[in-house]
Amino acid sequence: MDLSTTYMGLKLKSPLVVGACAPLTEDIDNIKRMEDAGAAAVVLHSFFEEQLQKERLELHHHLTHGTESFPEALTYFPEYSIFHIGEEEYLNHIRKAKETTDIPIIASLNGYDLGGWLEYAKAIEQAGADALELNIYFVPTDMNQTGAQVEQTYIDIVKAVREEIKIPLAVKVSPFFSNMANMAKRLTDAGANALVLFNRFYQPDIDLDNLEVVPHLLLSTPQAMRLPLRWIAILYGRLQVDFAATGGIHHGHDVIKMVMVGANVAMIVSTLLRHGIEYLKHIELQMLQWMEENEYESIAQMRGSMSQLNCPDESAFERAQYLKAIQTYHPVWDKRV
Amino acid sequence: MGRKYATIDGNEAVARVAYKLNEVIAIYPITPASPMGEWADTWASEGVPNLWGTVPSVIEMQSEGGAAGTVHGALQTGALTTTFTASQGLLLMIPNYYKIAGELTPTVIHIAARSLAAQALSIFGDHSDVMAARATGFALFASASVQEAQDFAAIATAASLKSRIPFLHFFDGFRTSHEIAKVELLEDDQLRQLIDYEDIIAHRQRALTPDRPVIRGTAQNPDVYFQARETVNPFYQKCPGIVQDMMDRFALITGRQYYLYEYHGHPEAERIIVLMGSGCEVVHETVDYLNRQGEKVGVLKVRLYRPFDAQRFLAAIPKTVKSIAVLDRTKEPGSAGEPLYLDVVAAYMEHHQGEMPVIVGGRYGLSSKDFTPAMVKGVFDNLKLGKQAKNHFTIGIYDDLSHTSLDYDPNFSTEPDNVIRAIFYGLGSDGTVGANKNSIKIIGEETDNYAQGYFVYDSKKSGSVTVSHLRFGPSPIRSSYLISKANFVACHQWEFLEKYPVLSAALPGATFLLNSPYPPDLVWDELPVEVQQTILEKQLKFYVINAYQVAREAGMGGRINTVMQVCFFALSGVLPKEEAIAQIKKYIEKTYGKKGKEVVEMNLKAVDSTLEHLYPVNVPNQITSTKRMRPPVDESAPPFVKEVLAKMIAREGDSIPVSALPCDGTYPTGTAKWEKRNIAQEIPVWDPDICVQCGKCVLVCPHGVIRSKVYEEKELVNAPPTFKSAPAREHDWKGLKYTIQVAPEDCTGCALCVEVCPAKNKSQPRFKAINMQPQLPLREQERVNWDFFCRLPWPERTRLDLRKISHQQMQEPLFEFSGACAGCGETPYLKLITQLFGDRMIVANATGCSSIYGGNLPTTPWSHNAAGRGPAWSNSLFEDNAEFGLGFRLAIDKQTEFAVELLQSLAGHIGDNLVTAILNNPQKDEAEIYQQREYVAQLKQKLQQIQNANGEISEKVKILLSLADYLVRKSVWIVGGDGWAYDIGYGGLDHVLASGKNVNLLVLDTEVYSNTGGQASKATPLGAVAKFAAGGKPAPKKDLGLMAMTYGNVYVASVAMGAKPEHTIRAFLEAEAYEGPSLIIAYCHCIAHGIDMSKGMTHQKMAVESGRWLLYRYNPALAAEGKNPLQIDMHSPHLPLEQSMYSETRFRMLSHSKPEEAKRLLKEAQQYIQRRWQLYQYLASRQPQ
Repeated sequence: MDLSTTYMGLKLKSPLVVGACAPLTEDIDNIKRMEDAGAAAVVLHSFFEEQLQKERLELHHHLTHGTESFPEALTYFPEYSIFHIGEEEYLNHIRKAKETTDIPIIASLNGYDLGGWLEYAKAIEQAGADALELNIYFVPTDMNQTGAQVEQTYIDIVKAVREEIKIPLAVKVSPFFSNMANMAKRLTDAGANALVLFNRFYQPDIDLDNLEVVPHLLLSTPQAMRLPLRWIAILYGRLQVDFAATGGIHHGHDVIKMVMVGANVAMIVSTLLRHGIEYLKHIELQMLQWMEENEYESIAQMRGSMSQLNCPDESAFERAQYLKAIQTYHPVWDKRV
Repeated sequence: MGRKYATIDGNEAVARVAYKLNEVIAIYPITPASPMGEWADTWASEGVPNLWGTVPSVIEMQSEGGAAGTVHGALQTGALTTTFTASQGLLLMIPNYYKIAGELTPTVIHIAARSLAAQALSIFGDHSDVMAARATGFALFASASVQEAQDFAAIATAASLKSRIPFLHFFDGFRTSHEIAKVELLEDDQLRQLIDYEDIIAHRQRALTPDRPVIRGTAQNPDVYFQARETVNPFYQKCPGIVQDMMDRFALITGRQYYLYEYHGHPEAERIIVLMGSGCEVVHETVDYLNRQGEKVGVLKVRLYRPFDAQRFLAAIPKTVKSIAVLDRTKEPGSAGEPLYLDVVAAYMEHHQGEMPVIVGGRYGLSSKDFTPAMVKGVFDNLKLGKQAKNHFTIGIYDDLSHTSLDYDPNFSTEPDNVIRAIFYGLGSDGTVGANKNSIKIIGEETDNYAQGYFVYDSKKSGSVTVSHLRFGPSPIRSSYLISKANFVACHQWEFLEKYPVLSAALPGATFLLNSPYPPDLVWDELPVEVQQTILEKQLKFYVINAYQVAREAGMGGRINTVMQVCFFALSGVLPKEEAIAQIKKYIEKTYGKKGKEVVEMNLKAVDSTLEHLYPVNVPNQITSTKRMRPPVDESAPPFVKEVLAKMIAREGDSIPVSALPCDGTYPTGTAKWEKRNIAQEIPVWDPDICVQCGKCVLVCPHGVIRSKVYEEKELVNAPPTFKSAPAREHDWKGLKYTIQVAPEDCTGCALCVEVCPAKNKSQPRFKAINMQPQLPLREQERVNWDFFCRLPWPERTRLDLRKISHQQMQEPLFEFSGACAGCGETPYLKLITQLFGDRMIVANATGCSSIYGGNLPTTPWSHNAAGRGPAWSNSLFEDNAEFGLGFRLAIDKQTEFAVELLQSLAGHIGDNLVTAILNNPQKDEAEIYQQREYVAQLKQKLQQIQNANGEISEKVKILLSLADYLVRKSVWIVGGDGWAYDIGYGGLDHVLASGKNVNLLVLDTEVYSNTGGQASKATPLGAVAKFAAGGKPAPKKDLGLMAMTYGNVYVASVAMGAKPEHTIRAFLEAEAYEGPSLIIAYCHCIAHGIDMSKGMTHQKMAVESGRWLLYRYNPALAAEGKNPLQIDMHSPHLPLEQSMYSETRFRMLSHSKPEEAKRLLKEAQQYIQRRWQLYQYLASRQPQ
């Protein structure tokens, strides 16, 4: 059975890629375990420049707060001659991950505007990353900013990063554009080698007891995969770009579905956080079993087979199908009510 | 080889050399010597090698006594060894000094010389400490400036190795240890040329080793001890010659020539001053000035005080000298004279040929009292009187009691015209001192100018005022005294104008730079009359900038350092403006680069936008203001506060005469309330509609400024219009009114009260029942409200249910308005004890933060109630606090016992009913205590009657009258920090616990030596970075509570107010009620943890939820009832340890300095905490036998 695939020119032993997955990938031992469990590649946790900025400013604040005030305690901490609060730690992490494993290591940069962080793309390349995943996480709240301006920001960022590096570049975006297909095309034109669909924006919750807005990171549910599934199916074959599916991929069957609509790789995150790294083996086994039962020989054979271009009913991913879906829906009432 | 200059302070200059020339360094924190140990520890943690390529082994000990023992041991085993200390620390080392010297062991111990605690502690500089060591056999070697401190550290080491005599190398605490000056650095090659390696080999050859076994440290008998003591004489005889040889060798290497007794002045001087330390520089400068005026004066600088070489000393003095003043920076009460004076007299008596000059002795500069050329002139003028010259005088104070002081003209000045002299008034929090240190470095290191910086801090830990004194000039600067004639004065805080005479030192025509919230065209009218008057009289050039606005816009918040620094360079003309800006930017990169580009960028932004906001002010020709400077205390203050303490508050304490001060260090309590500091930018404001009246805000307030009362509605009749009240919600208080009131002028704005407030506005949950609002618009209104609130009656103590926080917090606090850090984690516990037991408590307070904010003049937060009762408080030492408190208990018990005996013997006269009532009252609660006071009042009345009626028993009656108050139960509290309890005072604490006596020990556990700047103690948790644990604390925190529990009869509680306040109150009540020793270990968040102090209580909670801190009570009384005495009062740890630890800079910064080590220690900490939790679970679940 041949599970191998390619992703942005990288030859992978299977479509199983561990997606940007803090905190698991922060530990080199875990990355090794991922490889051992069958990960074909690993996307490292994201490098957030604004987090570093915040960290540096906080450190400066706390190291200076209360100093030079009281004669017995002019400072409160030792005076180090050097601090490692910069990209260095992340770059070292890339180097160590490369030293420890044989699979491709994809670094991840998270940003939202054309900031000074772009320079880190080059450093990441030099540190030995096999590819870079650019996670553009931008939640516009300015009422005077138009959709076109928002979209242009995305394109400018991708172009700027593309100019910095030669290694493959994947772009992870959210689905919240007026026309996703148009954005996919423009991102591809701007230099993306792959589109990672989709980013899930953090959505806080309300704590009713304490009347507080609380950060509550929800792991993905199986339903989440429908959105990337549909969009990859629509876009596959129409753009010179690879696809990574992410969100809600919890079972071997999910991986197969994603490959069938056109994904080069499927990114697994939530299910590893829920069941542990070794669960990857289980997913691979589920894939193999299905392929064996259904007499598939390779991933290449099935890739894109259920995309809009190749599926039996090309309207299945469009508006007409929606009408059909709601007309044929039969509610199942809860008899206890 | 080019000369290498640096602008550094004395401590760093000495530490550099000491680190290079030693292999083992034992350290312990003590002001002002701590930074030397800190440098050594930091360099070692970063792997910096010594002169011979190995990284010195640096170890923190549990006390200076411990450090001295370790030094002795390491020396005996052949290592080049040193330590650093001062003051009481030096005293603790003295026993070992005798041993080290008696065994002729070379070492140099570096001393930032400091006052000794006598009538009071003082952290400042004089020679009292080193003088206490002059009989030990150590050489005493004095340096007078930062340059000399560095150079003498090296010379002393070479001389000690050569002579085998150990050295105390000392320099003046603060004046030299903390002065920043431009010095020529000693390079490694120069040190190598200075030290003979053969001397080191010889030292190693004398080491104890099983390969060449000998014994040392024997006991000797009357037959030989005496003779053996005389064997060392030849070494002491040779020592001065060796030191001079080394000074000469040093001169060949560096070009800087020193002499053991160095004369400077007129070759035919008639009057000279002999002294040691930084004062030499002041006399040197004055001598030059006076000789230029035609006088014939000189100064003899004593460098080597022990062994005192009388002949070399005399040889250094011109034969023409007719009168000599010997100045000692120490006091020996009852002596024939101070030590240097006596040595000089003896030298003349023994060796002088010809007519004896007049020799007088005097004291100067105790506790860093500024020593100025004006005082020097006063001393020289005294010598003009010849045989009539006053002897045993003092200079620099006004002694109207014993009339020792010399008169002098304070306006006399020797300041040269080519020196730029600048004074900066700032707040600790605004970064003024840091900016000035940077300016000194720029000028010292980037120009040919010499530079000097000295910084005066006040004794408050919040809202503290800093005054920076900076000098720059083309020649070396000897002016080791404060600037009194400045050509540049900067006031970085507007409110200082109404508090302090900031322009008093400004010279006519000087530049005055003011950080002003008012623009240049409006600022004049806002100035107080006194300031306008001075500006006009002195014709000052006046500039303003709204530095806070510029800093805020650059993202720097309240740190206006860079902005004001740019203004200084722009106005002072020390450097051309463009060059100055370029240098400031360069130093910003240098200083902040390691912390990341954001910090650099915001400072650069501030630099770029400063000059466009700096404006000259067109000063009108007339006074226009009606505002006056505020008096330091209110008119209604008691006389002592108004006449004495107020002067200290106004920074005019130097003018207080001797007679005005208490002779035995006794001061009244309840004085902090007079010192209205107005340091809060924002204060809490109560919203009665939202408030649930839980009392938590009152409980956690570290400064006692937020209080609650319930009272009858009729009390509101004369309430001010904005005074707020609400119907009391508690069932017990039905029909009463409830108020929470803030003292606006005493609040520090820490916002801990807002943090703990559980009540939120339902429509706008961002608001709570307590919200911070700007202080200035509220100040007057709330001051009136506070005064009214204070006049409302307190609810009756006997009717409060102390199990409820809301009730308990209606007890009057007798600890208020301390100068502790805003948001301090310690003071809420102290305030709580005073609420619970304050009117019958006595406190023994270990030296540390709590003794400073508790007892540093001018005022004290320890207070008393309307009846005049309140905590009696004292601080003995750092190391003996438990024993000191035990002494209180023993004395009280003895006097109580004696009173009981007398009471019983006088029962027939007093009446059995009253005697039985007194003796049988258990005094277990407030009501019974109250009752007992009533009985004792009756008893005293009765005794008075008996005494009047019956002469025969009057002796007993008289004694009982003096002891009767001891019949009311007294509560002894022994309070201190973890440095005391875990380290230096542990032996005593352990002994007191073992004594079984009824004392209460409260450990305010900040997990570091907070007062001296955050050095590690044995309470520091594993993985935390602290000074002296720069690489992260490798060992877990000592489990003091568990150790105490092993006695079985000690009440032990571990509490954290922020995690479970009810538990804290309960533990305090139980501990006090327990008739034996009680130990409460209280978690205190601290500024040294690197946290947002307004979230201190949350950090406490996180410490508990992660299991880093346990809540438990171990009550031996339960064991007596057949129950398990240990109760764990918390849920199983459920917060990830990493989350709790990494919310604090002390843990997180290790991941930025040593990421791998941080991970390893985090893992170890996790395992340790788990093991500890399991152990406690096991102990608490055991079935009693």
